[in-house]
Amino acid sequence: MNTVFETVIGIEVHAQLRTNTKLFCGCPNQFGTGPNSNVCPVCLGLPGALPVLNKQAVIFAVTAGLGLHCQIRETSVFSRKNYFYPDLPKGYQISQYDLPICEHGHLDITVEGVSKRIGITRIHMEEDAGKLVHQGAEAISGSTGSLVDLNRACTPLIEIVSEPDIRSAQEARVYVENLRRILMFLGVCDGNMEEGSLRADANVSIRPVGTEKFGTRTEIKNVNSFRSLERAIESEVARQTALILSGSTVIQETRHYDDFTQTTKSLRSKADAHDYRYFPEPDLFPLHVSSAWIAEIKASMKLHPDAVLLKYKTEGLSEFEIQVLLDDPEMACFFDACCVDGVSPTAVAKWVVGDFQAILRDKKISFSDSPVAPAALTSLVQMIEKGTLSGKMAKEMLPAMMTGKDPESIVKESGATQISDGDALRPLIAAIIDQHPDVIEKVKSGKRNAADFLIGQVMKETKGRAKPDLVRTLILEDIQNR
Amino acid sequence: MSISQLQDQYRRGEITASAVLDQTYARIDSHDGEVKSFLFHTRALAYEIAGEVDARLAKGKTLPPLAGIPLGVKDNMHMSGEKTTCASKILENFQAPYDATVIARCKEALMLPIGKLNMDEFAMGSSTENSAFFPTRNPWDFSRVPGGSSGGSAASVAAGFVPLSLGSDTGGSIRQPAAFCGVTGLKPTYGRVSRYGLVAFASSLDQIGPLGRSVHDCAYLLDAISGHDARDATSANLPATQVVAHLAMSQKFLKIGIPRELIGPEIDDAVKACVESAIRWYEQQGHQIIWCDMASFSAAVATYYIIAPAEASANLSRYDGVRYGLRDKKADTLKTMIANTRGHGFGAEVKRRIILGTYVLSSGYYDAFYAKAQQVRSLITYEFQQAFQNVDVLLTPTAPTTAFAFGAHAQDPLAMYLADIATIPVNMAGLPALSLPCGFSDGLPVGMQIIGRAWDENTVMGLGHQFQLGTDYHTRVPAIGSVA
Ligand SMILES: [Zn+2]
Repeated sequence: MNTVFETVIGIEVHAQLRTNTKLFCGCPNQFGTGPNSNVCPVCLGLPGALPVLNKQAVIFAVTAGLGLHCQIRETSVFSRKNYFYPDLPKGYQISQYDLPICEHGHLDITVEGVSKRIGITRIHMEEDAGKLVHQGAEAISGSTGSLVDLNRACTPLIEIVSEPDIRSAQEARVYVENLRRILMFLGVCDGNMEEGSLRADANVSIRPVGTEKFGTRTEIKNVNSFRSLERAIESEVARQTALILSGSTVIQETRHYDDFTQTTKSLRSKADAHDYRYFPEPDLFPLHVSSAWIAEIKASMKLHPDAVLLKYKTEGLSEFEIQVLLDDPEMACFFDACCVDGVSPTAVAKWVVGDFQAILRDKKISFSDSPVAPAALTSLVQMIEKGTLSGKMAKEMLPAMMTGKDPESIVKESGATQISDGDALRPLIAAIIDQHPDVIEKVKSGKRNAADFLIGQVMKETKGRAKPDLVRTLILEDIQNR
Repeated sequence: MSISQLQDQYRRGEITASAVLDQTYARIDSHDGEVKSFLFHTRALAYEIAGEVDARLAKGKTLPPLAGIPLGVKDNMHMSGEKTTCASKILENFQAPYDATVIARCKEALMLPIGKLNMDEFAMGSSTENSAFFPTRNPWDFSRVPGGSSGGSAASVAAGFVPLSLGSDTGGSIRQPAAFCGVTGLKPTYGRVSRYGLVAFASSLDQIGPLGRSVHDCAYLLDAISGHDARDATSANLPATQVVAHLAMSQKFLKIGIPRELIGPEIDDAVKACVESAIRWYEQQGHQIIWCDMASFSAAVATYYIIAPAEASANLSRYDGVRYGLRDKKADTLKTMIANTRGHGFGAEVKRRIILGTYVLSSGYYDAFYAKAQQVRSLITYEFQQAFQNVDVLLTPTAPTTAFAFGAHAQDPLAMYLADIATIPVNMAGLPALSLPCGFSDGLPVGMQIIGRAWDENTVMGLGHQFQLGTDYHTRVPAIGSVA
């Protein structure tokens, strides 16, 4: 008997919100400083300290909910999730449980030309825990000791839970890619998977094709790239299939994905699952989000990727340029900042997607860290459009602009503007034509290409600063008049 | 001596803050060895502030009303740089890294913090016998408890060590010791006073309040510590109270409700007699007495012992030995380190309540206990709202008995829990309530409780003040030394 199995996947994404401060205290929401330097009595969980909800985090959670077509709950409730662990300073995590801020949303994906709608069950807000640094081992057990760093404690997260609507590793990947793009375009999350600002856990089960009942699922954790998400699911599906085909059963458990061996291994089974003893957080009253506030948030929201796509199409960008921009929200953000009034978006796109992206990639700098301000790139494009610079000259100026200089001052210092003044060029052109009577004959007999030689001579004399098409026109004019 | 008298003496230049401190510590040194109300003193800080007060006095500057007034503080509120032990081994050497909002406001008012006061461990108890360090004695009778959990706060005022102290009240922890020690104590409306820097017992019930020799004195302290605090999300967005100013106005005629349930057989006859005579006194002043039924009160104690332990079980999870406080250093695994730290650090009553709270929140039991208790809590609140449609205040005994003997309830924690039968419903509904002395039985003070509408401390304290203008129970003092 040959049973064919179908894969059923639900995904939980934890996204760190880009607020200035943490979820319940005034500490900066940033890392990279020394251990336990971004902390205060609240996020250290000191006795007597109390949480105060960050309004910006609520705005971001609602923004994400709106971007994923969710219903926003007028009243949502924070609860305490109780468990002991050294990275959890209060002995409980403040999270939302039975009444989350957003519910009933969806996200559309397209895989191999087929569109599909993935349901979003809920989005809830919660605080992150701190970080343990184990000494001499990968876990507490076996280590000589573990250090606790609470910089990350109390930073704001949203958890986005999908319906079990996903049917393949590829669909899972596209779902998370689209989700990440939406969160990044809406400005609520920086989307950095390697640094953990976006983490995806996959609930995976299989069932014989044609059956309704879900198989026993396992939860796969520690996936920190799109590629490892796909591989983790594929390896887990293969493991479950082999188990069932050999007459064995899948047990409900949490499994850890190892990117090196590309396999999952058991972390803990349902038997040692915690009873988290959720109950409403008495230090925070229920959160009310009025319809007026939702409308206000909606009005000030950044564009959803779907709307961005339409905008780029109307602006006349090529399919290729649109794809590149949508795949890199930071680049898109830079591009949008460049597109001020009076400059052509297509001209800007040519530079952002082309030479400018190349030089950044070469130096391994992301668009958000670009030393060239959008305004500087805009002036460069405007100088080309006005004829002050040739495309070639502009390209040669990019390395100098990477030091942070704007194109105007570079041009001023080097004097290297394009000569586009006919009167300035005419005497030089006349002198060069005088030296080459043979070319005059060729041109007059109809071989207009012969003029190219003369253009080359002019360019050589002007060190490339003459505007080539103007030179051509002037040369032909001069010869005609002889 | 009352706050007004002390203020007059400062104004006339008859005393200095440093001299007041000298006298205060001298009296404490000679008599607190017996009463044992203070866990430790905060002399350096007190003299530093006294110096500031005296310097300003010398320059003839006007001072805030409570400048130079000694203050005792229950040891569950942070005073930066001083210890906060909560009378627990687990925090025995914990040093507060910041000021609680109430302490910051008292410092701003230039009050003189004398020291930290004994209490039941983590405010769990009604006798101060649950202090991990030593029990406090009732200044009226050393063989009896001062009540709890703010036993040190009440005893220190009764013994004449300090004119004012801060307590916290989760189920009666200010009012019941105030009644047992013959002093006045107020539990303000939930949200009136910031809880920031108060070590939490049950967050939805805890409220800080003043204890003093009179309603008038307590009003000064409430006016100083109340008002919105952005660091406590449950603190109401209201300005500070102005009860002292209100007390100067003439008393209106009110409708006083008497819940039949709290004047029944559970209440000692002697206590009942004192409260009934106070009721008659109010009637003679022209107030209207209205009997009412508060049927949900009978379920209040049971409900409280689900909600308070549930919240406490989470609030006390942070004492795990990882970051501060006691730590079992011999344990070789994480689990044993946490278990041993908590096993050694917490006393029996605290453990009992953590276990109770953990149990009622467990999956499979939550709906039967915690969810049900929240419904009863809503019912109690609703019943108060209904009652306050017909009456302006409710008047009850504060506690069913006078101060009991040490060890009286050692074998029966449930009997001890019932001592809070009249005070617990008030915390459930978040209302303001005052306890003030209304008589004596066998030489022990009896307290009555006046409960008001939410945010109506003015009416509650106005009525208490009227009683104290017409009676002298609050001026009587126990016979330790000679109390001024
Ligand atoms: Zn903080």
